[in-house]
Amino acid sequence: MQQIINFFIRYRNSVLFLFLTIIGVALTVQSRSYHQSKLFNSSKWVSGRLYNVSNSVSSYFQLRAENNRLVEENTRLRKMLFNRSDELAIPVDTAQIQFNVIKGRIIKNSYAATRNYITINLGEEQGVQPDMGVITSEGILGIVENTSKNFATVQSILNSNSNINAKIKNTDYFGSLVWDGNRYDVVQLVDIPRLVPLVIGDTIITGGMSSIFPEDIPIGTIKKYDLNTSKSFYNIDVALFNDMANLKNIYIINNLNKDEILDLQDKTKQGNE
Amino acid sequence: MNSQLAINIVRFVLLVLGQVLIFNHMNFLGFINPMIYIIFLYWYPIRKNRAVFMIVAFSLGFVIDIFSDSMAIHALATLTIAYLRPLIMRFCFGINYEFQTFSFKNTTRVQRITFLSFLIVAHHLIFFGIEILSFSHILLLLKKLVMTSILTLFVCLLFSSLFAPQSE
Repeated sequence: MQQIINFFIRYRNSVLFLFLTIIGVALTVQSRSYHQSKLFNSSKWVSGRLYNVSNSVSSYFQLRAENNRLVEENTRLRKMLFNRSDELAIPVDTAQIQFNVIKGRIIKNSYAATRNYITINLGEEQGVQPDMGVITSEGILGIVENTSKNFATVQSILNSNSNINAKIKNTDYFGSLVWDGNRYDVVQLVDIPRLVPLVIGDTIITGGMSSIFPEDIPIGTIKKYDLNTSKSFYNIDVALFNDMANLKNIYIINNLNKDEILDLQDKTKQGNE
Repeated sequence: MNSQLAINIVRFVLLVLGQVLIFNHMNFLGFINPMIYIIFLYWYPIRKNRAVFMIVAFSLGFVIDIFSDSMAIHALATLTIAYLRPLIMRFCFGINYEFQTFSFKNTTRVQRITFLSFLIVAHHLIFFGIEILSFSHILLLLKKLVMTSILTLFVCLLFSSLFAPQSE
């Protein structure tokens, strides 16, 4: 017994080092399986508040560019509104809408790591829940991962865990959108079968296969493509429409039917087992 | 004694704020974010309790982790260089470092820069190693390691010449 105690006293620093390492590894491993730490993330604690203060100062420097971008989007939407065909002129029945949109602002952006998370200034009190889709006026941005009372973190598409259903515009071939961690303006579309005719410059949009994003949200254009190692699927490099380094205003999409869809899927799965 | 504690607390807070508000968003060339908080370990007094030093280093890394949503990677990397610091010092400053009279004042500039570079490279190697954690991305790892180390070293040298500690 004496010897054991002596051993610990003699190597107390190494023991402490091991102990702290185990804590660190545990936190890292646990959040790897849950994507991001539930307890420690920048939506929680003081960090959300600090980023909010810092952002409320720095956001003034880009007001003009940001206003231009929003006016451009409005112009595009106005054009669509004025040129719509008469059959669409029926007033929207608010009881039947499927998607609700909430506006928000980015208070912390990140795109240089391999697992990037963005913090936004909306939380549970504003109706934001995990697994809602996040887009900007130009295209897709990510999926809400964690929420606190007034803030939320978003798993960016620039995240090696990210996996989003996407397809080539005007076709029904869909694949998964992933990121290899290299360049912040290029993501990868995989699992597109070899027989699909591809042209550089084709537009990639979201597919309707998930309950998170509605169909037809723009993502980017094909920059380069080649076959993968098995020679049966394409690996496509997609140049993003979004400038991920320069983002301010965002929209959160809430699929009002999501619970029903997921519930149904769960039941079907259970029925099959 | 107390003033040293106060200096360290102020340093801790300022370095965290500087790191999360400024240097985490530098994105030089699109991916280089220098980690200036390592200089805390360079400045931390030598003859202090090692256990306390490691706990402080771990919490420094962990606070930065919370802000940058990086799990506990900063904490692990910082803890490891805190644990290895005596070893690195012995390597850089020779046996002199064991004596009571040792202080940074009677070391050469080259020795100090070597010491700082060792801290930075060891830290970045562990950090990017855990962050990327795949051998298929070894080139990405090397690119990030080399570029970020150079910029971190540069910024840290600027900091250390701007705010050179009076004591020690």
